[in-house]
Amino acid sequence: MRYLPLTSGDRRAMLERIGARNVDELFRDVPKDALNAPIDLPAHKGELEVERLLGALAAKNRAAGAGPFFVGCGAYKHHVPATVDHVIQRSEFLTSYTPYQPEIAQGTLQYLFEFQTQVAALTGMEVANASMYDGSTACGEAALMARRVTKRGRVVLSGGLHPHYAAVVRTNSELLGDKVVAAPMDVDGKEDLAAMIDGDTACVIVQNPDVFGNLRDLSPIADACRAHGALLVAVVTETVSLGAVKSPGEMGADIVVGEGQSIGVGLNFGGPYVGLFATRQKYVRQMPGRLCGETKDAEGKRGFVLTLSTREQHIRRDKATSNICTNSGLCALAFTVHMTLLGGEGLRRLAMLNHEAACKTADALARISGVELITKSYFNEFTLRLPKNATEVVEFLATKGVLAGVPGGRLWPNDRQADNLLIIAATECVRDADIDAFAAALEEVL
Amino acid sequence: MGMNVQGRPTQQVAESVAPSSTFTGNRALQIEESLIFEKNAFDETGVDLPEPVGVNRLGAHARQSPINLPGLSEPETMRHYVRLSQKNFSIDSGPFPLGSCTMKHNPRLNEKMARLPGFADIHPLQPQSTVQGALELIDELAHWLLELTGMPAVAMSPKAGAHGELCGMMAIKAALIDRGEAKSRTRVLAPESAHGTNPATAAQCGFTVDAIPADETGRIDLEALRQKMGPDVAAIMVTNPNTCGLFERDIRAIADAVHEAGGYFYCDGANFNAIAGKVRPGDLGVDAMHINLHKTFSTPHGGGGPGAGPVVLSEALAPFAPVPYVVKEGGRYHLVETRRAAEAEGESHAGGRLTAFHGQMGMFVRALSYMLSHGGDGIRQAAEDAVLNANYVLARLKAEMTPAFDGYCMHECLFDDEFLKGTGVETIDFAKAMIDEGYHPMTMYFPLVVHGAMLIEPTESESKQELDRFCDALLSIARRAKAGDQSLKTAPHFAPRRRLDETGAARNPVLRWTPAE
Amino acid sequence: MTVRYTKDHEWVRMDGDVAVVGITAHAAEQLGDVVFVELPSKGASFKQHADMAVVESVKAASDVFAPISGEIVDVNTAIVDDPARVNADPAGEAWFVKMKPADPAEFDGLMDEAAYNAFTENA
Repeated sequence: MRYLPLTSGDRRAMLERIGARNVDELFRDVPKDALNAPIDLPAHKGELEVERLLGALAAKNRAAGAGPFFVGCGAYKHHVPATVDHVIQRSEFLTSYTPYQPEIAQGTLQYLFEFQTQVAALTGMEVANASMYDGSTACGEAALMARRVTKRGRVVLSGGLHPHYAAVVRTNSELLGDKVVAAPMDVDGKEDLAAMIDGDTACVIVQNPDVFGNLRDLSPIADACRAHGALLVAVVTETVSLGAVKSPGEMGADIVVGEGQSIGVGLNFGGPYVGLFATRQKYVRQMPGRLCGETKDAEGKRGFVLTLSTREQHIRRDKATSNICTNSGLCALAFTVHMTLLGGEGLRRLAMLNHEAACKTADALARISGVELITKSYFNEFTLRLPKNATEVVEFLATKGVLAGVPGGRLWPNDRQADNLLIIAATECVRDADIDAFAAALEEVL
Repeated sequence: MGMNVQGRPTQQVAESVAPSSTFTGNRALQIEESLIFEKNAFDETGVDLPEPVGVNRLGAHARQSPINLPGLSEPETMRHYVRLSQKNFSIDSGPFPLGSCTMKHNPRLNEKMARLPGFADIHPLQPQSTVQGALELIDELAHWLLELTGMPAVAMSPKAGAHGELCGMMAIKAALIDRGEAKSRTRVLAPESAHGTNPATAAQCGFTVDAIPADETGRIDLEALRQKMGPDVAAIMVTNPNTCGLFERDIRAIADAVHEAGGYFYCDGANFNAIAGKVRPGDLGVDAMHINLHKTFSTPHGGGGPGAGPVVLSEALAPFAPVPYVVKEGGRYHLVETRRAAEAEGESHAGGRLTAFHGQMGMFVRALSYMLSHGGDGIRQAAEDAVLNANYVLARLKAEMTPAFDGYCMHECLFDDEFLKGTGVETIDFAKAMIDEGYHPMTMYFPLVVHGAMLIEPTESESKQELDRFCDALLSIARRAKAGDQSLKTAPHFAPRRRLDETGAARNPVLRWTPAE
Repeated sequence: MTVRYTKDHEWVRMDGDVAVVGITAHAAEQLGDVVFVELPSKGASFKQHADMAVVESVKAASDVFAPISGEIVDVNTAIVDDPARVNADPAGEAWFVKMKPADPAEFDGLMDEAAYNAFTENA
């Protein structure tokens, strides 16, 4: 077995040193009848066999990069520079643990400090943590944080919030007996959220760009929140948008959560991703997750440590701000490396390329008879209303090699109004030929 | 004669004198590295992108404020992060015996497999007809987990161990709601030695937490536990093997006690690596248990994450699993993605949703790659070797250090600081001295029930020769402590940084870089 | 001046009809270097044993309980600005709050110095 260094001679010698007759003696506390139950699993395999088995499974999937691809709704196909994957595969990053011993973990700690600074700058906030699992769980944590800050138990959800994010918030908040009030599905971004805020409201959760792609002005909602003592939680599922669109911080958000997958991470069928979590300095002690801070060592040299740990489960236990322990450190590194290459200027340019690709795609599709472009103001994602069921259209287009977007029925299976909606994302990876293929196939099916 | 001579002298100088410092602050391979923000590249970018043609329909939504983040060229970026990496200890560079954290070897085959475009470059919401291989992989991994645990169901979506705990405790809460007992059953029992995530998770589910005392052998005090049972008990949370590295001998009696009281048995599976392939939790009365794929099945810890925390569930809790999950029908796989859809499948009280998508696919591929490589036989051998290695370390270190409890251990051995009494050296000094010897310290000051705890988990990845060197080093530190070596108090002396001022960091938190005034 | 103590390591000193409350030197030493203090607002009322303040070090977080019932009439913002004072002078300058006692009998029911010292030695 290639992963196990002990030889049978070693094992004998070690048992002798321990004073045990055989290895099962070491398991003597296990109930006799529960030890060594037969397990019906195949025997060990060499690398070649494993590669063949897994390669066969991988080959059954249509990769995003294999053809025209327009799927978004919380995960986006972007190009990741080769440097990123090389850096995250460095042994010292890949195979290290949470930096509990800062003297020999400055590499991890410094990039986390850089990550926090980048996330704060992008979101327009004062502080960011060292990552959450993903955008949706960060969103769930934001609702719980608002509960701690305001000591209130009512959460208002925008009808433009990704329904899976809404479901995560509901799951988390309802466990604690909080009331979650969701606005109806809001396809064109015209809902009046301010009317739903009252004096019991802990927070309002709004996504921008929303799940349909609409760009929203959060400022009026921020004002309404302030007037009622509630917090505004802004959700960003497409982080590249921050290169071109007003940041939530500029519009008065109190907590910004985001999905960082777009920068450096890749699609991975939904995970691992990296959750962004940023807020104002005054709420820092109510934040979930790890924080890295600057300090000095005994010789006066600058160094970094995990800090404000008394918020966390390993110290505060049942009074912790969250139960989170493992986060998404390596994906945060991927984000940081990609962001370091891009810089503010590169992100701006990347964002505009995305916006242009979406404009071009929207123009090409809206020309098709029977197709209505619902989204008036968008970044790189928009929604069409088709003259027929979008799920069937998407399945047909898949047979033509075009992955066309997310049909409404996938996200709102119980809402017939969503059946003909098709949500389409276009990134810098989309070529003119992809748009042409999409338009031609769509025209064919309609 | 013809001689080709290089000019350099080849004799060593008899006595060398080392300078106390260098001009740059660097020490040969250890390079001081500034932050990216201190490199003055705020208007640059290190990615070659085409110039946008100028279409802009953002209007009033366009960002007003500049982003103010530097963009570095590729060579600068590479050098920056490589230099940072060289300040990190890692399992690839040496033993990393963090108890309860399971730092085992991370096979590179797993990385290669996870990067196949058919896994890495597929979207969670693309048509299910185009991701049949991915769904099959999830189903196959689930099969391995069920076989190894002897449990009937598994929820795959939790993102890490603590998220798995949340999933399991949520299922318990949903089951109690279903029984109409959620209001009356509010108390969760957990040992004082539990991971902090256990009480934090229980609280996040709206339960109160009640501590169970340990007996003198380091295990749950069964009599005390029975005293604490009552009609208000929702569940017990037990780590097994426990955080003292011991198997709970009374595990079945513990399960019976909580079941008789009408509660559920949540098992924290953080230490499943000690028994995988040897013992099936399903045979011990467990109702729910999370499995840390990043511990037992070798997916890399990555400096703190990502992990993955699938949860196996008993028949009683299976109907309360969260969405989404994979179902196989007529040779095709599909995902059940909403609570309503789950109800249509006959799951009447599905437990909501934990995350946007289907779980940590990248980790699933790595874990299955590990499992296929090991096979059932190799997984059992790995558990045996892990336990053997820990007992060997225990047997060797007993000479100078004080084990917290008598007898064999499982996959990790626990010492207290009794052997340091009167030396002036404390657990933290001992741990920091290990850094100078080239080892990552063990877990220190956990579990809380043992004074000055030192929890050592060697894992199956260490050879006997490596363990012997490791034990020799620890024994030497113990002897130095007992001999009054005060240099231990200020260790490490040879690491990239000396001890850091954590108090200062917490009193005046500096959590991001800001330009100098 | 009489000082009384609780099992949770708070001290109370009557200063006229106002009770001055802080944490004991023993508690400060157990916590280590204090890095953060959160105090209640003036005017808030607490029942005896209710948690009213928080004190944290790098490695520990602890609630501070109201040793007696009453209303907060003053808080020591100096220890919020400079938490190190709690380690420097826990029994004096680094008091936490001043309270108007609701029930004088509660004060009399607390431990005196000798009893507290015996309590910490046995703990």
